[in-house]
Amino acid sequence: MKSAVSPSDDSVEGRGVVLRAEGITKHYGGIVALDRVNYDVYQGQVNVLVGENGAGKSTLMKILAGVEYPTSGNLFLNNHPVAFRSPLDAARAGIGIIYQELSLFPNLSVKDNILMTREPTHLGVVVNQKREEELVREVLERLDQPINPRAFAGDLPVGQQQIVEIARALTQNVRILIMDEPTSALSAVEVEALFRVVKDLREHGVAIVYVSHRLEELMPIGDRITVLRDGHHVAEALVRNIDVGWIIEKMVGQIPKGEKLHIRLKEPAVVLEVSSLTCRRADGRPLVDNVSFDLRRGEILGLYGLMGAGRTELLECLAGSRASFEGKVSLSGEAIEHMLLADRLQKGLILVPEDRQGAGIVQSFSSTKNLTLSSLKKHSFACCMMRHLEKSSFSSMAENLRIDAPDADGPITSLSGGNQQKVVVGRGLLTSPQVLLLDEPTRGIDVAAKAEMFDLMRCLAGEGKGILFVSSDLKEIVGASDRILVMSNGRITGEFTSEEATENALVAASSVGHGYAGVWKTLAES
Amino acid sequence: MKKAILFRLRAVVALIVLVIVFSFLSPAFLTPSNLIILAKHVAINSLLAIGMTFVILSGGIDLSVGSIAGLSGMIAGLLLHDGLILRPLGVVVFFNVGCVIVLSVLVGIAVGALNGLLVTRMRVAPFIVTLGTLYAARGAALLISNGATFPNLVGQVDLGNTGFQFLGAGTILRLPTPIWLMAILGLIGAFLAEKTPFGRRVYAVGGNERAAYLAGVRVARVKLIVYMISGGCAALAGLVIASQLAAAHPATGTTFELSAIAAVVLGGTSLAGGKGSVVGTMIGAFVIGVLNDGLVLLGVSEFWQYVIKGFVILFAAIMDKWASSAAPQAGRAPRRGL
Repeated sequence: MKSAVSPSDDSVEGRGVVLRAEGITKHYGGIVALDRVNYDVYQGQVNVLVGENGAGKSTLMKILAGVEYPTSGNLFLNNHPVAFRSPLDAARAGIGIIYQELSLFPNLSVKDNILMTREPTHLGVVVNQKREEELVREVLERLDQPINPRAFAGDLPVGQQQIVEIARALTQNVRILIMDEPTSALSAVEVEALFRVVKDLREHGVAIVYVSHRLEELMPIGDRITVLRDGHHVAEALVRNIDVGWIIEKMVGQIPKGEKLHIRLKEPAVVLEVSSLTCRRADGRPLVDNVSFDLRRGEILGLYGLMGAGRTELLECLAGSRASFEGKVSLSGEAIEHMLLADRLQKGLILVPEDRQGAGIVQSFSSTKNLTLSSLKKHSFACCMMRHLEKSSFSSMAENLRIDAPDADGPITSLSGGNQQKVVVGRGLLTSPQVLLLDEPTRGIDVAAKAEMFDLMRCLAGEGKGILFVSSDLKEIVGASDRILVMSNGRITGEFTSEEATENALVAASSVGHGYAGVWKTLAES
Repeated sequence: MKKAILFRLRAVVALIVLVIVFSFLSPAFLTPSNLIILAKHVAINSLLAIGMTFVILSGGIDLSVGSIAGLSGMIAGLLLHDGLILRPLGVVVFFNVGCVIVLSVLVGIAVGALNGLLVTRMRVAPFIVTLGTLYAARGAALLISNGATFPNLVGQVDLGNTGFQFLGAGTILRLPTPIWLMAILGLIGAFLAEKTPFGRRVYAVGGNERAAYLAGVRVARVKLIVYMISGGCAALAGLVIASQLAAAHPATGTTFELSAIAAVVLGGTSLAGGKGSVVGTMIGAFVIGVLNDGLVLLGVSEFWQYVIKGFVILFAAIMDKWASSAAPQAGRAPRRGL
């Protein structure tokens, strides 16, 4: 399978290849991440790059951006050979990158983050605060985002942090902008804003390298698509000539069956009962406002809402990582609101956090050690850790969850994002939970891994566990849930069964009290 | 696996090279009597450093260990020399040596617990908390005797409190007691860190505290315990010193926290937490001990000794950085420029 189009098929005259990668190979120890990959980036186009977890997309992007250096192969910028030894080299050549895992300084303000290392100054000495603020307001206006330039980046919700990352790249006058899963944490409204910016950049001749797992969103935004599989370049095409089915076929080699199963127990008992839960910010404004709901055994309850609607905070209150809240939470009839997180975990309530790098994995640990972290007692005997118990847990969990880890004792950071996520889920499953709280479980993982994650959720629900999962992806939430709750401004503003849920209805409920009415109306019409 | 072994061996290689160099340069170096003196010195530093390793692995730091050593020596001195004076009852209680040792170590553990509670409950940075207790514990040690030394802690037969010197100056099977203490504590420490659920939790807290917390690790409890371990180890080191001298001086242990941290760092433990080992710390303590001993035997001036030790620590730190960036790791952070 080589190229599906010939170069002459390029309809945009005079806009050729701006960055060319030839024969790129990258080894990490014994793992071959990329094998003799050729990749062209076209000027003034959205160059989409797709592939499953571990296909090598992230590695290729890191090489283009100077973060990693290829084991062999060459890069050509405007037909001149270049070698980027650091991200700074690449930035000087006009290449900017926005990472999937956010890399902001949480302790600095939004404007400091955006203009880091490029602060406007008086006479090269004192930072020109006024000019800084102007520049930042300008770029945030272009992005259509009302973010306070003086707010600390760490205080923003993840979605707005991503916007700040994008703003940072935009202020660098990039000619080539690499975006790794830019929409994975964004709500529909934020995605719309982002796409407007992407189209605007494209009109100005900027080459965009766009990586995403949300295939349906690639279709309207992408110009040209390249598919990687297992470190190889497998296909390339113009987006207007292909459809989603083609992409999936090239990525996984076959079209996975996406049957939606609804196995329901006859009289499922309530496993998690939440009544009038309220959680306030320091200034008294409620983050979660008088929320009540039941979760039954065997049920997958979807929780949808825009960024900042209070979904993550609700999950934190339930899991116990946010201590101060009012209201009652009971697990199988037992009140747990006074318990510590570790106690709730032992009672059978687990949380898979949204921020995998910051709150999910222990980077210095091997995959096995990450997996057994919540159930150390179970893997020890007389206060001594038992290696063989840990090993057998890992191999059985790797088989059940299809974790692709060549070395169980290798660092977890060598796994792809989807496999890291599976390890975090597996860690929770080893505690034999009754209720799983999954915060954006499919964030930044590919189509096949997403399908596996939903199969797994369905399977766990079939075993009688209750599952509450948060997602910003409308299709996911409609497709995977038995029942859907929608939150807005900390309140539950809608409840739908899977039969009555439509994307328009969810969007409408999620924007209650937001003044986004115009936006969702246009979304609903399109 | 091979890489991991080589990684540990690097410190051992340095130690062997130092031993070979010094035994060529000084005939007195590789003699049993010198080696025993060397090991006795190393024992005190490694007792402090073993406890320190747990604190640093958890992502903290304990600056108070030198002061705790001084305080525990003074408590032992007070109990042996003056006894526990209970004014309202008009009696003076003398404890036997075993009780004195246990009580003094408990005082060290209590100071450690105070460190741990301030770090976990008040959320004050470990550096600041233990800097505070560094001063406070030293002050307490000075207050006990108003700055004076408790001399001649041999005890009195009629009071039944003799035998304190065994801890620092006694021998078991011809080896000095401190060396046995070091070996036993080293083994317990290595077992605790490598093989137990508790040890795993310490590494997890140091590696990614938030992830550990969300995985159900009782982070506050783990931190409290590591500071208590460190306090207890420091108290034991203070007792060994007091016992060796048969006297308790309130300034004992001043700046010892720095040698302990140096031993931990030389042993390859990351100050950021999550990486390192007790075995490495022991090797680090021996590297410092051999350097001290060898340079003294060669008659190198004390001033030059400081310079040389400083550069050895810097060199080791650079080697560790270099080794960890050469190790194959797919997800490692991008190289940072200045």
